[in-house]
Amino acid sequence: MSIIVDAGGLSCPQPVLMTLNKIKEIQKGEILVKVDTDTSKENVSRAAQSQGWDVANIQKDEAGYLLTIKKE
Amino acid sequence: MAKFKNFFATRWGIIGVGAFIGVIAALLQKLGNPGNMGICVACFERDIAGAIGLHRAGVVQYMRPEIIGFVLGSLIAAYIFKEFRPRTGSAPVVRFVLGVFAMIGALVFLGCPWRALLRFAAGDGNAIFGLLGLIGGIWIGTLFLKGGYNLGRVQKTYTSVGWLLPLTMLGFLILMIIFPQIKGEAKSGILFYSVKGPGMMHASLIISLLVGLAIGFAAQRSRFCTMGAFRDLILFKQTHLFLGLLALVTLAFITNLIVGQFHPGFVKQPVAHTMQIWNFGGMVVAGLAFALAGGCPGRQLFLAGEGDGDAAVFVLGMIVGAGFAHNFGLASSPKGVGPHGIAAVIIGLLVCLFIGFTMRKK
Repeated sequence: MSIIVDAGGLSCPQPVLMTLNKIKEIQKGEILVKVDTDTSKENVSRAAQSQGWDVANIQKDEAGYLLTIKKE
Repeated sequence: MAKFKNFFATRWGIIGVGAFIGVIAALLQKLGNPGNMGICVACFERDIAGAIGLHRAGVVQYMRPEIIGFVLGSLIAAYIFKEFRPRTGSAPVVRFVLGVFAMIGALVFLGCPWRALLRFAAGDGNAIFGLLGLIGGIWIGTLFLKGGYNLGRVQKTYTSVGWLLPLTMLGFLILMIIFPQIKGEAKSGILFYSVKGPGMMHASLIISLLVGLAIGFAAQRSRFCTMGAFRDLILFKQTHLFLGLLALVTLAFITNLIVGQFHPGFVKQPVAHTMQIWNFGGMVVAGLAFALAGGCPGRQLFLAGEGDGDAAVFVLGMIVGAGFAHNFGLASSPKGVGPHGIAAVIIGLLVCLFIGFTMRKK
């Protein structure tokens, strides 16, 4: 069961803050991040990569994007 | 999959956009815009407020096509790249109030963050105090953000909601074409036009509009934001947006040197005053208001262009704030702060702190 960060409807820096907090909390594993704008998608990807996490998948849907970020 | 397909959002993308804005802003001054004011979002929105008579400060009334271009350029980019997302509902009234006080703070200093950078790049030492104030205000904002400050989620809404500010800007452009400036006349139809002062100084309509469209397009793609540059640096130690800001200052500086616009010093700088405490204080209020609203004045225009109704409300707050600033004697002039400018800075700071402290999710 993946951990979900629901940042839908929130504008930056909230999605990045929420993602970084979760990264700090679990250190490694897989997180699904829900965002609704391209800006948030880019910012969350950039922040995750700066922490050594991989952006494994980006899924586009009606509400925005679902990002899968991973660290082994 | 993790690769960006958006070049503008890469490191070189944001640097390129910052550099582009720096060069163009310095050149716009050469083409007629006021001193160290090739582009100033706060000043230009204030001039628009004057053009439609929301204030009657005769020296700062002109319907600036750059601002119109920023919104429409962003709209065009958002549609081409399928990023237009009509959305609203994240505490719009708070954003309006933040816009009002952001404008008042900026007009005590005499410039938005863009102009603070451009003034600095042209040798105006007073801008250093404004920039320090801006950073201070944003720093306070990051403390609120870390403490859970949040204006809540937006809702998806009708496409036409996202179109309202762009349509308003289009309306302004049409008014400008119906009632064009008449040399030496303070009014043309319903629009006010300055016959002296900074409001009289401007590049031609077509150049200003085209430049505005180009910057609006590039800034929408790159997410260029001067407040975000400092915020991300303080909050995440992330340099992405900051590189864009550095590129703007560097290229504006180089362009100023080449065209002979670099004049280092503190006194007699164009559209600037030397009351440093209030250069600093005004920008603390503005910086905090931008941080609480999530974007510098330019970014708010670009967000409004891509469908963000709350950013549009912030823009309208700034335009109305300019009305208050000049009608109540809050705005500074080259002589120094206005008769009630200091009181306005204190009230603005209190209002921003009230918003920051009370709008937190635990």
